[in-house]
Amino acid sequence: MKTFAYLSAPDVPSAVRAISTEPGAKFLGGGTNLVDLMREGVEAPDTVIDITRLPLTGVEELPDGGVRIGALVRNSHLAANQLIRSRYPLLSQAILTGASAQLRNMATVGGNLLQRTRCLYFYDSAAACNKREPGSGCDAIGGFNRGNAILGASESCIATHPSDMAVALVALDAVVEVESVRGTRRIPLVDFHRLPGTTPQVETVLEADELITAVELPPLPLAATSRYRKVRDRASYAFALVSVAAALEVEGGVVTGVRIALGGVATKPWRAHEAERVLLGAPATDESFRRAAEAELAPAVGRSQNEFKIELAQRAIVATLRTLLTEGGAA
Amino acid sequence: MVDIRMRVNGVEEKVDLSPQVSLLDALRGELGLTGTKKGCDQGACGACTVLVDGERINSCLALAVQYDDRDITTVEGLAGEGEAHPLQKAFIRNDGLQCGYCTSGQLCSAVGMLAEHEAGAPSAVTEHLCATDVELSEDEIRERMSGNLCRCGAYNGIVASIKEVAAS
Amino acid sequence: MTQVQNPPVTTTTTTAAGKYVGQAVDRVDGAVKTTGEARFAAEVPYANVAHAALVHSTVSRGRITAVDTTAAAAVEGVISVITHENAVRMRPPSKVSPIDIDSMASGTTVNYLNTDQVSWNGQPIAVVVAETPHAAHEAAGLVRATYEVQPSTVDFKAEAPNAEPQPSSLILPSGGSKGDAEAALAAAPVSVDLRFTTPMHHHNAIEPHATTAVWDGDRLTVHEASQSVVWVRKHLAHKFSVPAEGIRVIAPFVGGGFGGKANVWAGTILTVLAARMTGRPVRMLLTREGVYRTVGGRTPTIQRVALGARSDGHLTSLIHTSVSQLGRVGGMAEPVTSQSSHLYAADNLLLKQEIVKLDQIANTSMRAPGEAIGTYAIEVAIDELAAELGMDPIELRMVNEPETDPLHGRKFSHRMLREAYARGAERFGWANRSPEPGVTRDGRWLVGMGVATAYHPSFQLRANVTVRVSVDGGVLVRCGFQEMGMGGATAQAQIAADALGVPFESVRVEYGDTALPLAPMAGGSAQTASVATSLLAACEKLKKSMLELAKKSSESPLRGARAADLSARDGGLFHGGRGETYASILARAGIPSVDAAIGSETRLGDLVGNMRFMSKFLMDRRRWVKAACGAQFCEVRVDADTGEVRVSRWLGVFDVGTVINAKTATSQLKGGIVMGIGAALSEESLVDPRHGRVMNPSLAEYHLPVHADVPRIDVEYLDVPDPTMPLGLLGIGEVGITGVAGAIANAVHNATGKRVRDLPITLDKLL
Repeated sequence: MKTFAYLSAPDVPSAVRAISTEPGAKFLGGGTNLVDLMREGVEAPDTVIDITRLPLTGVEELPDGGVRIGALVRNSHLAANQLIRSRYPLLSQAILTGASAQLRNMATVGGNLLQRTRCLYFYDSAAACNKREPGSGCDAIGGFNRGNAILGASESCIATHPSDMAVALVALDAVVEVESVRGTRRIPLVDFHRLPGTTPQVETVLEADELITAVELPPLPLAATSRYRKVRDRASYAFALVSVAAALEVEGGVVTGVRIALGGVATKPWRAHEAERVLLGAPATDESFRRAAEAELAPAVGRSQNEFKIELAQRAIVATLRTLLTEGGAA
Repeated sequence: MVDIRMRVNGVEEKVDLSPQVSLLDALRGELGLTGTKKGCDQGACGACTVLVDGERINSCLALAVQYDDRDITTVEGLAGEGEAHPLQKAFIRNDGLQCGYCTSGQLCSAVGMLAEHEAGAPSAVTEHLCATDVELSEDEIRERMSGNLCRCGAYNGIVASIKEVAAS
Repeated sequence: MTQVQNPPVTTTTTTAAGKYVGQAVDRVDGAVKTTGEARFAAEVPYANVAHAALVHSTVSRGRITAVDTTAAAAVEGVISVITHENAVRMRPPSKVSPIDIDSMASGTTVNYLNTDQVSWNGQPIAVVVAETPHAAHEAAGLVRATYEVQPSTVDFKAEAPNAEPQPSSLILPSGGSKGDAEAALAAAPVSVDLRFTTPMHHHNAIEPHATTAVWDGDRLTVHEASQSVVWVRKHLAHKFSVPAEGIRVIAPFVGGGFGGKANVWAGTILTVLAARMTGRPVRMLLTREGVYRTVGGRTPTIQRVALGARSDGHLTSLIHTSVSQLGRVGGMAEPVTSQSSHLYAADNLLLKQEIVKLDQIANTSMRAPGEAIGTYAIEVAIDELAAELGMDPIELRMVNEPETDPLHGRKFSHRMLREAYARGAERFGWANRSPEPGVTRDGRWLVGMGVATAYHPSFQLRANVTVRVSVDGGVLVRCGFQEMGMGGATAQAQIAADALGVPFESVRVEYGDTALPLAPMAGGSAQTASVATSLLAACEKLKKSMLELAKKSSESPLRGARAADLSARDGGLFHGGRGETYASILARAGIPSVDAAIGSETRLGDLVGNMRFMSKFLMDRRRWVKAACGAQFCEVRVDADTGEVRVSRWLGVFDVGTVINAKTATSQLKGGIVMGIGAALSEESLVDPRHGRVMNPSLAEYHLPVHADVPRIDVEYLDVPDPTMPLGLLGIGEVGITGVAGAIANAVHNATGKRVRDLPITLDKLL
């Protein structure tokens, strides 16, 4: 780990002021990803600004029935929050399937949105990786890419976004609030992460001097019937091969409301707009679910080892919707 | 170098360290508390689990400077006055250990886990997510303890120990 | 997912039970390991200790043309950056001799930092010594090397067609044949001819390899995470040209080994080198990546199993061949087909092992080398043949259960597979298994049962032991064996307590130190038996000495007694109702303690001991086939949509001879099964075929089983002593992992109708 200067910010204004004057600085939250990457030499900030003492730890109900989540709320606290458990169960579940209890006690909501890929070649400084070292190439395309993306990838980068929580949030139309010395911005989460294109090193629309302060969830009654299904290589403590965040509302056998997002398969938390479009107004049947899944995965591109995810993602979508229909009370 | 204070196992400690130093290295190196183990140094094995203000974390991914003024409990601080923690006794009775290298982390993790469960926190296998009195079944224990790897495969004994202590 | 529990078992005590042998005694080091008191190799305090970190090559083969250490040396706290340009000279590893087991100590043939040649991707090319671990690691990341890259061969699968016959040795035969197995296969009315692959595995003991080294002139103290303190001492004496007598290697606690800490690898040597060159005590705890880069793993294999049978199931042909890899810089040719010469009474047999040599690090032994992955192929093939025959797979095994060893006709010292299967089938509810695959369902889960044979050969190595009885009644057993979780000290204390008739609590066992009488490495499931043989002999000797001592006094109730009539109990020696305690004998004689020793540590004694061992080993092998074996039963659940596999139930019924400690033995066997579950379902070291680099050197991406992957495992023993082994024990460290992947693969087939012949059985192979 490279030597760095350490600052601890007591409040938001001083945090954003500090970063605006320190070009090589990074905010440090729970550290579960940044500290690891610093130790691996992938990240090498000159200055680390510790934001864990900022008063951004509240989970509040909004007047419209939505919820505002402080950026420094620990993952475990958010998952255990009764408002979230009852109104947005898929979010609790997504968090609880991520990492381990110890890491969830450390990791923050804002940090989770910014966590970086687990692509094997991103982590190994001996390998070519356009995300880590722009212009060096992509060893994953011709290498071990079983865990890599089938949606949203480019010839520069096929790295998967590793978050579970962000997948649930993107299904819920979450909005990210960010602050800098220039003021406050609100960014729909669906637009927050960028596709890699030719610049995979730029992962979000966040400016270098902006701080995530909160995530807001709009009211979404149908989310009460929702679920997060994660498919992975061991029963717990592993990144997703495929995950599905879904909420479903059915009336008279017809889908009247639906939200679907996918994890483990795309270069960003993937909102399945196409599947939702196919399903809305369609009969709530396995056939419709399968048609919707096929539509969503139609543009998917398999590489040497991850072709199976195209079928797996479709099956996981169908299975999750079926569970919501039969066990989840969507009907 | 940064000066920090921590209460470690109830003892006030002052250390002066580089911000690069993890809480794990501070405990092992600066304070000589080597009960907390380094297995991967990347949050993937749980051997370094300690309790901070009663919550379990991986001390390898924690920079010590971030934990200024906090209460830290390590395996050395689990026992009460002259008496082993019930989990320590149960681990020996149920042979919930072999080589002993993951054991400190398993123990601290189990202590934190029981507190989380007591507070009504759900897990990924909790059927009724809103319930706050989830029965601590073996499946629940396994899921909640999955952040602690044991290569010797002492998992059965660990689960049995936790179940026993939770029931008492 | 609901888990069905096996019916409870009533007893696990052993028929060979003494007062302590056979009892489920708590392990003696439980308290220090649960309080954090136990100090492992990187934790022994030394004033002024410096810390070391390795720099690894990034090419698989080439010459280092330049190493730039400027930036590294400039990091605050750096003491020294050692490369091949400034390292002191060391002797290259000595040649491996087939008759000297100690010559196998070195992990590779590379003379680290005394060469500019890179032989694998990840080979250490520099070591940084600094005041703090973080300074050492920061500086290590700043060392820049340039290479003249040489062509390399790193792709195991691509090279497999060029495999060469594996040389056979006395210790590790590379195959064998009987009759014409190929012709018999061609003529068989029912046959299968199958190809299996298994990937590279890594041991992943949770404690990374660690060394603390302190020189004092030419004397050296090393605290080492080692399975063989003797090998470490011998190898370091050789490397640094100093007398072995001046080197003390200490390893009372080792955080798991599984074969990965059996040899001496780069980290150990370079820590000692760093201490030599800096004049400081130096410590190095390898990073997890460092373990993958500098310690060998289990070879990948390609295996063929072909079976021919009559329609009644009688095997007419059994063919098992394997290709495995070695490094060009060393490695152990894995005996992949070994178990297949002992399992089935086939009329014709062909066993053949081949190897390819690659520009990769030397492979090494990992828990049950050979059998762990060999049983996967042979046991799946048996299951497939049973399906072809329309027979129950247990019945097929029983039809072919041999009376004598099928290849050479030697006698089994002990063989109770029939009993293991009968007991297991009854307790597991095998009769409830549907022979038709893919039809048993529980909600979203497809449910299947599978079975496979566990098999691991038994043998003994040489151990020196001393036993002392003191006037306070305490007993001290001293033997430099290794303890890395197996419960060795606990078992030997039980054995000594029974042999001397003293309370278990009064026995203390010292181990893990070259200052103690020499013991073999922990390997081959041989340690408990090896140490027990000498310990029992030492106890007999001690009792004789005590009797002699007692007889010197006219007051002793033992006066006139003959050794053969005595029983050791209640802390002393008795015949009939008369006798006295050791404490009383010593007190009367005015002697603080009496020792008895087995084995000689002189050069001549060592040589004689080695020759005696080799001749006994070879004679034993000609007379007997000895092995621990068992029947592994499992139930798996496979998600019908996603192919996720969960093991939901396990029963292993083992024939391991006498069980010394039912508690620690059960843990050992369960541990083997857990590691087998990993090999079956998730473990795979990903070696990039383009440049031979392990791409998942991390516990996040190499998937060991976690708590949630492991159901309740039931272990049962037949517990009948083996007549040829000390106390009748056969060794339990490795047999647990054998058969596991086979049983799981067979259960997956029973659940889904799909055969997976390439480990691990990940869900993509079941879609």
